[in-house]
Amino acid sequence: MKNAVGVELPEFIEGYGVVKPFAGAFAGYGQVQKAAVRLESVQPGKTKLLRSIDEAIEKVNLRDGMTISFPSHLRNGDHVINQVMAVIAAKGIKDLHIAATHIFPIHELLVDYIKRGIVTGLSASYISPGAVAKAITKGYLKNPAVLRSHGGRPRAIESGELHIDVAFIGAPTADAYGNINGVQGKAACGTLSYGIADAQYADKVVAITDNLVPYPACPIEISQEYVDYVVTVDSIGDPHGIVSGTLSVTKDPVGLRIASLAAQFIDEAGYIKDGMSFQSGAGGTSLAVTAEVRKRMKEKNVIGSFAAGGVTGFIVDMMNEGLFRSVFDVQCFDLKAIASYRDNPRHQGMSGSLYGNPNTKGALVNNLDIMILGATEIDTEFNVNVITGSDGVIMGGSGGHNDTAAGSKLSVIVTNLIKGRLPIVKSKVTTVATPGETVDVLVTEHGIAINPRRSDLIVKLKDSSLPLVPIEKLKEMAERLTGIPEPIPFSDEIVAVVEYRDGSIIDVVKKPLDTGGCKPRN
Amino acid sequence: MEKNTRSMYFVPGNEPKMLQDAPVFDPDAIVIDLARRVPATEKDSARILVKEALQFLDYSNVEVIVRINPLSSEYGLKDVETIAPVKPNALMIPKARVEDIQTLANMLSGIEQAQGLEEGTIKLIPMIDSILGLESVHSIINASSRVTAAFLNAEDLAADYGSKRTKEGDEILYARSKVSMACRAAGIEVIDTPYMDINDSEGLEMDTEKANLLGFTGKAAIDGRQVEAINIVFDASLRQAAFPQAHTHI
Amino acid sequence: MLITKTAQAGSTVKSDVLITVSPSETPGIHLELKSKDVILKQFGKQIEKVIMDKVKELGADNVNIRAEDKGALDYTIRARVQAALERASN
Repeated sequence: MKNAVGVELPEFIEGYGVVKPFAGAFAGYGQVQKAAVRLESVQPGKTKLLRSIDEAIEKVNLRDGMTISFPSHLRNGDHVINQVMAVIAAKGIKDLHIAATHIFPIHELLVDYIKRGIVTGLSASYISPGAVAKAITKGYLKNPAVLRSHGGRPRAIESGELHIDVAFIGAPTADAYGNINGVQGKAACGTLSYGIADAQYADKVVAITDNLVPYPACPIEISQEYVDYVVTVDSIGDPHGIVSGTLSVTKDPVGLRIASLAAQFIDEAGYIKDGMSFQSGAGGTSLAVTAEVRKRMKEKNVIGSFAAGGVTGFIVDMMNEGLFRSVFDVQCFDLKAIASYRDNPRHQGMSGSLYGNPNTKGALVNNLDIMILGATEIDTEFNVNVITGSDGVIMGGSGGHNDTAAGSKLSVIVTNLIKGRLPIVKSKVTTVATPGETVDVLVTEHGIAINPRRSDLIVKLKDSSLPLVPIEKLKEMAERLTGIPEPIPFSDEIVAVVEYRDGSIIDVVKKPLDTGGCKPRN
Repeated sequence: MEKNTRSMYFVPGNEPKMLQDAPVFDPDAIVIDLARRVPATEKDSARILVKEALQFLDYSNVEVIVRINPLSSEYGLKDVETIAPVKPNALMIPKARVEDIQTLANMLSGIEQAQGLEEGTIKLIPMIDSILGLESVHSIINASSRVTAAFLNAEDLAADYGSKRTKEGDEILYARSKVSMACRAAGIEVIDTPYMDINDSEGLEMDTEKANLLGFTGKAAIDGRQVEAINIVFDASLRQAAFPQAHTHI
Repeated sequence: MLITKTAQAGSTVKSDVLITVSPSETPGIHLELKSKDVILKQFGKQIEKVIMDKVKELGADNVNIRAEDKGALDYTIRARVQAALERASN
């Protein structure tokens, strides 16, 4: 059967289950049911503090075949997954499903556990390029990996589709009774948004901290009512891998040109106005768009409602300059953002569910006006790939991409038309993460394409001096420079399932056939 | 030139990425540099790259100017032989003397004939970059009808008379005035030296305003980010010129 | 065109290609192309053809060609092959 973005899907995927095909970005709304939670209540006098990870694994009675989760904001500095998995491996427990939020190069050890059958399933919102991503692409996992968006993951947890037996939550600061915050300690990371659903819905919750403080660990973000046990370790993360000292606007003149075009487009489309809300990624070009938007807001004396998303010091500055009344934060990207989140009441944290879960009474993305997004590939239907490279190898994930694209009034994709020799605008993307019906405009250095579905924008900008072109024209320009790429041969083996935010399947990742590239010719 | 050249964006001739990205900034003209920004060991390679680039990349929305090496060097003539057949809009000539302009004009006529191009298709833009060039600017720009613009290179010029360049540019006031008036008198375009601090956008704006007031019709850019600011300054001056003249006569 | 020595042209910066040519003991054109997998899979054959066409156009034979590609477009590949061959034949 074909889903609504034209992807051919089987009825059933071994190791995943029955396929619910993607039926449109807004087909999943309506009456929903949340799962009931099973927990072990705690009576007065009981202690939660354990001596070791090993003891915690004994106490929660971790067994073969269970699902364990690792919600994390520690990015490539995370030490929690590696430490817990080392103990689990040593105890001979196997056939586990890891429900992560992020997989980074630091988690390379997982490849070995995957090969040994200790880990047989894995789900995440983002899998950065590296050994684990390659191993999954090669089909080493027994069951296909499942990729969910930042809103889709808590939705799956809260609905019971993703039942977590044990959640291991890295706690930059905790007290002995299980209160946790992310703004103190040497591994401070700011908000703990991604772990809220895990804490609330997992059967057992273990807090792992390297900064045990006297009770209570205020300001509490995840509270004692959700936490079974607390374990101390030497280090939950490397601060250098967790946050960047500073993130800076790109110096690349082409990136700046794209940013300038994007900001002009947003302005001419009428979105720079009082009460506006705004989100952009932390990539160099996205940050440059933010800088251009800031300039235009100042020129027009505009006061915005809020900025959201992964938050940088740049966004904090804009709030403090009075350009936004508030900030909604799902991930602090730098030290300035962490300090602001800790100290400024207008800097509001939000759970992953509040951020993007469609099965709520309104996620924050529904209040977003302007969303700036990147793309690994985009096709002439405006479908966007942020999951795999054009060679089919996993190198990312939805993150908040399809959540924000669906919720925002104006979703803007900013990207170079070609990167090196690779065309970014193609007739068909390798993997669909975000459906074209939720993407409004594509801005490249060679021209801007408005999605024909947005006839209102086409009318509004009909006299614009901006280089507006049909997306097909951008595809031709790209291919004139690079040549037409040869299709990558894939096997029939599904190595990963890409869920849309509502839990339907928007695409699958198949194992690329190893063509071995080009052999030396003799 | 077909249109007013407000911005003239310089890119090194041996860097593919810069050649590919150049039109993106929407300059009126790009100057592909085979001279100063290509080391001696890469002159041959850059020349071939530029020849291929002019046939492959889409430069349809910009004037393409190639800055060749001085004719007095071992590279200058080879540059012309290789580049002229692929039809740049113009060649920019460093250390230009009257006789260089005449030699080139004749050489180009031959190449144009061989290529089936109309005579005079390829224009010449002398670079005013030495004391001698400055003092003979009138003769240089009138040496051939192919000369449709001149470019003041104040960096090399100031070095020639042992001066240090400043952001304010008082040291080049005479040179700017002389070159711009000579060109305006000859009815050709005159392009000002670039502003060298690519991160100082306010300084660029002030420097461009100054050039505009001194009679320049355009300005060189050495970074893509400078192009838009330059275009804006010269556009504003066009709008001002369109206002009715004051009624008071002196 | 007679290839008498080893020579290079181009570079390994982004969007360029480094071409190394040298005389070969055995007849023919011996091409070795290196690039990122993602490029080889989609453009490997096209790049090989661009190189071979240029070598043949210039009439070089008995030559080893090594191309270390950094995402160069066709025009750059053609230019670097020509420059390397000219340098190797002088």
